[in-house]
Amino acid sequence: MNRFAELLDRLAYEPGRNNKLRLITNYFRATEDPDRGYALAALTGALSFKHAKPGLIRDLIAGRTDPVLFALSYDYVGDLSETVALMWPKASLPLHNNPPPPTLTEVVTTLRTLGKTELPKQLARWLDELDETGRWALLKLVTGAMRIGISARLAKTAAAALGDKDTHDLELMWPGLAPPYLDLFAWLEGRADKPVNRDPAPFRPVMLAHAIEDTDFANLDASDYIAEWKWDGIRAQAVSGRDQHGNTQVRLYSRSGEDITGSFPDLLPSLRLQDPFAIDGELLVLRDGRVQTFNVLQQRLNRKVVSPKLLKDYPIHLRAYDLLGEGDTDLRELPFAERRERLEAFVSKLNDPRVDLSPTIAFDSWETLRAARADPSPAGAGEDAEAVEGMMLKRRDAPYLPGRPKGQWWKWKRDPHIIDAVLMYAQRGHGKRSSYYSDYTFGVWTNGGDGEQLVPVGKAYFGFTDEELVQIDRFVRRNTTEKFGPVRHVVHEPEQGLVLEVAFEGLARSSRHKSGVAMRFPRINRLRWDKPPREADRLETLERMLKADSAKQAAAVERY
Amino acid sequence: MYELVPKTDLRSAYIPDMRAQDILMPVAAGLCCRPGGFHIDPVRPVERAVITHGHSDHARAGHGAVLATQETLDMMRLRYGDNFARTTQAIAYGEEIRLGDVSVKFHPAGHVLGSAQIAVSCKDIRIVASGDYKDAPDPTCAPFEVVPCDVFITEATFGLPVFHHGLAADEARKLLASVALFPERAHLVGAYSLGKAQRVIALLRAAGYDTPIYLHGAMEKITHYYQSRGIDLGELRSVKGVKKADLAGTITLAPPSATSDIWTRRFPDPVTAFASGWMRVRARARQRGVELPLVISDHADWDGLTATIDATGAGEIWVTHGQEDALVHWCTAKGLAARPLDLVGYGDEDEAEAPGGEGAEA
Ligand SMILES: [Zn+2]
Repeated sequence: MNRFAELLDRLAYEPGRNNKLRLITNYFRATEDPDRGYALAALTGALSFKHAKPGLIRDLIAGRTDPVLFALSYDYVGDLSETVALMWPKASLPLHNNPPPPTLTEVVTTLRTLGKTELPKQLARWLDELDETGRWALLKLVTGAMRIGISARLAKTAAAALGDKDTHDLELMWPGLAPPYLDLFAWLEGRADKPVNRDPAPFRPVMLAHAIEDTDFANLDASDYIAEWKWDGIRAQAVSGRDQHGNTQVRLYSRSGEDITGSFPDLLPSLRLQDPFAIDGELLVLRDGRVQTFNVLQQRLNRKVVSPKLLKDYPIHLRAYDLLGEGDTDLRELPFAERRERLEAFVSKLNDPRVDLSPTIAFDSWETLRAARADPSPAGAGEDAEAVEGMMLKRRDAPYLPGRPKGQWWKWKRDPHIIDAVLMYAQRGHGKRSSYYSDYTFGVWTNGGDGEQLVPVGKAYFGFTDEELVQIDRFVRRNTTEKFGPVRHVVHEPEQGLVLEVAFEGLARSSRHKSGVAMRFPRINRLRWDKPPREADRLETLERMLKADSAKQAAAVERY
Repeated sequence: MYELVPKTDLRSAYIPDMRAQDILMPVAAGLCCRPGGFHIDPVRPVERAVITHGHSDHARAGHGAVLATQETLDMMRLRYGDNFARTTQAIAYGEEIRLGDVSVKFHPAGHVLGSAQIAVSCKDIRIVASGDYKDAPDPTCAPFEVVPCDVFITEATFGLPVFHHGLAADEARKLLASVALFPERAHLVGAYSLGKAQRVIALLRAAGYDTPIYLHGAMEKITHYYQSRGIDLGELRSVKGVKKADLAGTITLAPPSATSDIWTRRFPDPVTAFASGWMRVRARARQRGVELPLVISDHADWDGLTATIDATGAGEIWVTHGQEDALVHWCTAKGLAARPLDLVGYGDEDEAEAPGGEGAEA
């Protein structure tokens, strides 16, 4: 457990992806079975046991520490598990009788079977045996609060690296594997054959697109590509297959491979076919044949209970993009154009109102396509235009490859909202960027009582190039008016300051912001060195955008 | 019958009921000893200063006469130049001298090279002003000594029961494990220039690391002073002018604030470490953007503070700079008379150090 705790501890501070991989792979190399397998399960979220409530942890510490000292400490540390881990008094056991600290395996297997009433005593015993970091990791694990910025994909990549294998292979077999993954590690270390995936309806790692830039088009030939709408729903994979008893199994996976079948029972009857298949598509809510916006679809997400009313009011639908498998044939090596043909045939044969084909967009040049993107409605999206997030460009000859392969698929989003704002405060970034001022708070003009003033409307730390980062960093250092800890106030006067062109996805009302509005996904689009701050946008502009956005949403809801 | 003692006689040897507060009391300039005619670690210029150790918040320039250990005096000279005081007098550990109506004796505080606790005795009352101290082993300075006393004045930098510094040697091993795992990256260790940096180097040497260690310009002078006092730190090099590629796989010590500055761009993909007792608390480490927190402190942790208070046998505890509330609460619960001293001007060196002009270019 202590070694796993050390890994978590180190990962929690390490910002670099490759460095994280190195740390995890190194852990797998240095740790024995079955501990490393349970660690892999913990990192991929594959462990399941009943989590301990914070109240239990509080009771444990309350019985062992002075309440005043605990209150002062908790106030200082700010995190319950961490405070308890640090304050936990040393057990007064006789030295020769010190039990060794528990292994991760012991913790995981014990927690699986432990009764609720035995938990406090068992936890206390482990806390006595572990050191500060071990206690912290244990408490994070048992309370289910192990947020350390590691995706399941990253943990699997680290495991694959142990045997110099492709993460893709590991993803393919993953649904058929179970903790502590002895067969997987044996294969990775060359001691055994590849584990066979016996899952009748396995997940296939998804293919993703790169965002296209204006400059990319010059190098691309329009005739090499097929274009289709990018729908603002949930990317999903629908898979059907037969188990060893000959029963059909149907599953829905999220794009990360999470099994989300249970959330969409209304779609399953349409997918229960005789022959196996795998469709890559988008989950959408359709009402009277019209695609609803993401806001409407959101009602179907993260629901513990799917009520009949919910099913009726928010009927789910699968819009098919791609066919990855049909019968016993894996189609992923075929060119997209061929897969698309088979998909069209498949959907038309299925003939089910719950499943339809994502239409392609006819175009003969990038210019035609650009016009269609600007106004999707007459270009084929019709009344569903509101639910169009942009376009997808797919090479006709592209096989279906996991991850984000270069030059195969492009996404071309609709123009985001754009405003000119003034840089107000800057803060140091993290990790590689910790020596640069890379987090920017920006504001727009408003008339606030005593005249024109800037009011902060958002914060951004993306969008600029490395070169621009250096330029802004220099500007911040030379134009600091005040320092507050890590924050620098940067000059922002009508004639003096830096104007940032900020792009964002949408706006929402917010009582947490002084301006009353909050931006979704703001990023720095361009540096406007040419523009004096007085010419930056005003809060009224944002208010107008917000009204327009809400009107669109309202219209979408009323249509039902 | 009470004998009437005229006010002017307060400084005479004949005082029937001398109280501790009459011997040492907090004033704006610091701890003032009226009967001895001096201040301890004054934060403003005074006529006579008695100084515990060389950290800049305790040892300031501009006093009339300064009494301190030779090392502390040397460090003040290094920092402030030759004229940092009108006159100076060096005192050794265990040496006792008379000042006015009190006697003053210096004892090792285990904090940094030359650091001392100052025992002030008057009649049958002994007060120990411990300055900054730690009871953990440190090869770069004399070990802390418990001095039995009636009143113990303690710091409370880490005066919360969440602070357990653990074994510093384990932290050195953690750093070396990271260097082994990332041989293509530079490791940059933020450490206060006076005391912490040399201790980290000594810990690395004790852990068997014998390749040259690089220094930020701001810590060269003080580190060479440590070496001149016979402290073995192995081969040290200035990082100034070293090519970026040559710093892969190396360890460089720098003042804490330099590790989050433009200065770090000269290192290949640096791993930013920070050696401080604060690193025990995650939010503190994250706040500084530290990637490799090393819990190495020059101050006593909670167990060290409470064990020391116990060991002195003092019935009265005065608590200064840090988390006074928790420590006063602990003392009171043990039946000890305790109060916060509310002295201002003393900080925690890890949070205070700026690299300065010389550092930024070093
Ligand atoms: Zn100090």
